[in-house]
Amino acid sequence: MATQHSRSAARLMMAPAVFLLLVWMLVPLSMTLWFSFRRFLPLRGGDQGFVGFENYTRFVSSSSFWPAVQTTLIIVVGILIITVCFGILLSLLLDQPMWGQGIVRILVIAPFFVMPTVSALVWKNMFMDPVNGLLAHLWRFFGADPVVWLSDVPIFSIVMIVSWQWLPFATLILLTAIQSLDSEQLEAAEMDGAPVLKRFWFIILPHLSRAITIVILIQTIFLLSIFAEIFVTTGGAFGTRTLTYLIFQRVLESQNVGLGSAGGVYAIILANIVALFLMRIVGKNLDA
Amino acid sequence: MGRITLEKVSKRFGDVEVIPPLDLEIDEGEFVVFVGPSGCGKSTLLRLIAGLEDVTSGKVVIDGEDATRVPPAKRGLAMVFQSYALYPHMTVRKNIAFPMRMAKIPEDEQKRRIEQAAAALNLTDYLDRRPGQLSGGQRQRVAIGRAIVREPAAFLFDEPLSNLDAALRVGMRLEISELHKRLETTMIYVTHDQVEAMTMADKIVVLRAGHIEQVGSPLELYHNPQNVFVAGFIGSPKMNLIEGEEAAKHNAHTIGIRPEHIDVSRDGGGVWSGRVGVAEHLGSDTFFHIHETGLAETITVRAPGEVQFKHGDQIGLTPRADLVHKFDAEGLRIV
Ligand SMILES: Nc1ncnc2c1ncn2[C@@H]1O[C@H](COP(=O)(O)OP(=O)(O)O)[C@@H](O)[C@H]1O
Ligand SMILES: [Mg+2]
Repeated sequence: MATQHSRSAARLMMAPAVFLLLVWMLVPLSMTLWFSFRRFLPLRGGDQGFVGFENYTRFVSSSSFWPAVQTTLIIVVGILIITVCFGILLSLLLDQPMWGQGIVRILVIAPFFVMPTVSALVWKNMFMDPVNGLLAHLWRFFGADPVVWLSDVPIFSIVMIVSWQWLPFATLILLTAIQSLDSEQLEAAEMDGAPVLKRFWFIILPHLSRAITIVILIQTIFLLSIFAEIFVTTGGAFGTRTLTYLIFQRVLESQNVGLGSAGGVYAIILANIVALFLMRIVGKNLDA
Repeated sequence: MGRITLEKVSKRFGDVEVIPPLDLEIDEGEFVVFVGPSGCGKSTLLRLIAGLEDVTSGKVVIDGEDATRVPPAKRGLAMVFQSYALYPHMTVRKNIAFPMRMAKIPEDEQKRRIEQAAAALNLTDYLDRRPGQLSGGQRQRVAIGRAIVREPAAFLFDEPLSNLDAALRVGMRLEISELHKRLETTMIYVTHDQVEAMTMADKIVVLRAGHIEQVGSPLELYHNPQNVFVAGFIGSPKMNLIEGEEAAKHNAHTIGIRPEHIDVSRDGGGVWSGRVGVAEHLGSDTFFHIHETGLAETITVRAPGEVQFKHGDQIGLTPRADLVHKFDAEGLRIV
């Protein structure tokens, strides 16, 4: 990739992809921006012209805005903690030589292939149903009253469902990271007198730090926009309304495209702040 | 401190017996080198001593105490790995301090030992760097530093120089020998390079397929190889091994003669004759590869200084009769 010729050839080759990606991103982005400055109520008078920043101020001053931000944060952070912690444990486990390793690994990864809507429905109807769910049966077996998961502990339930979906992703990335650890380092630590837990703390965990950051980075970006799991289970009720869900409600339930678009722009800014923040951590990690 | 005895130690991985039962005695303060071709079980033997692998049968005795079931950390041995196995996210200082930190040695004592090791190993200026910012030789020294500060009963080295370039290897070889003279601690050193073995060892253990072929001082092995394998393995260039008619004349199955024990002369003047192939001029010595001798594919000859034979010259060869080694059909030395 050094000569003038090969560089310009490379640019030419990449141009269609870059162009397509730009259009793909820019068209929806500019439409969102455009609508966010207009009063647009499809069922109540249609597009009624520019209103400046009114949509933006209304979106954040609404009484549901801060609770939605809070819910979003709780859900995202909760899922991150669960997936990273259990991801580390599972990857440590899967790294051990055992019988049927290949099959076990595929089984662990399987949830990632289930569509969010499907998994949410399965959890809602087969596990968390207070009458017929497996968990309800389990509770009754031990003589306890079944928990009405989705209305008693709705946020916890959603965190469970989404964690179940994302755990394979975290496990997979952490497993490859663990496998890349030089076993001589662990042996050296063993000879240096570090017992199992200290080997984990001083050798394995630092080795995993970059992979953990990457898991957090990628998951945060995806988790900020979880929607199907909430739509299918609680429909935004019982305090499970996240920012994404709030935007959905503004556009479809209140039929206010302008207000929803303004919310969308806030979400874009938020996601970019998170991405920027995490990119810097990753950058620092890469320097080390 | 630092007396290690192996009693009938054996190791199998599944069905493969990598180390058949063997006995070995390592004395206090000795520099012992395990040498043998790749895959012969040198590392495995070292790891059995370290406790990183469990023995299948037999006993490992360290300083008179049965250490067979003692975990690696409690054996008082320090190991330097081929890949150095430094902790990449820790500075050199923290790397060296790690074993002391695990042993809960007081801070000021840790500091003292680090300063001392760093001074001895020329690492003082690099203490705050990370392993990634060091050269191969420096990493090697950090690994050694990490071993020294533990003040172990014995050091175990597993091919510590094989990742270094040739010049650095010679330098580090001297440094490790120097270190041994200074510390007078038992060292067990694994290598596949017989030059390293010859130059560093007090005692060489030659291994083949897990068997001990011979144990002895470098010169003992050089002068009295107990079998054909040791004869061919020790010495550079390799000993010439000749079978057939010529060997029969000596009442042996195989005879061996080292390249430096053959005199060369103009054609007609030697016991054997042959045609010069490649000549390697080292200045101090010249190595000739001689073909068409009727003895073996090639005979290597080492002539002191510069000897001017050209490719294709017909020359005479005279082995020094008293330095011919004789071996029987099993490959064992005939006395
Ligand atoms: N963990 C293991 N499992 C199975 N076989 C092994 C294992 N470690 C080593 N071996 C086998 O044992 C033999 C000796 O290996 P090793 O001690 O590493 O040789 P060396 O260090 O002399 O090159 C080799 O044939 C190798 O394949
Ligand atoms: Mg080895």
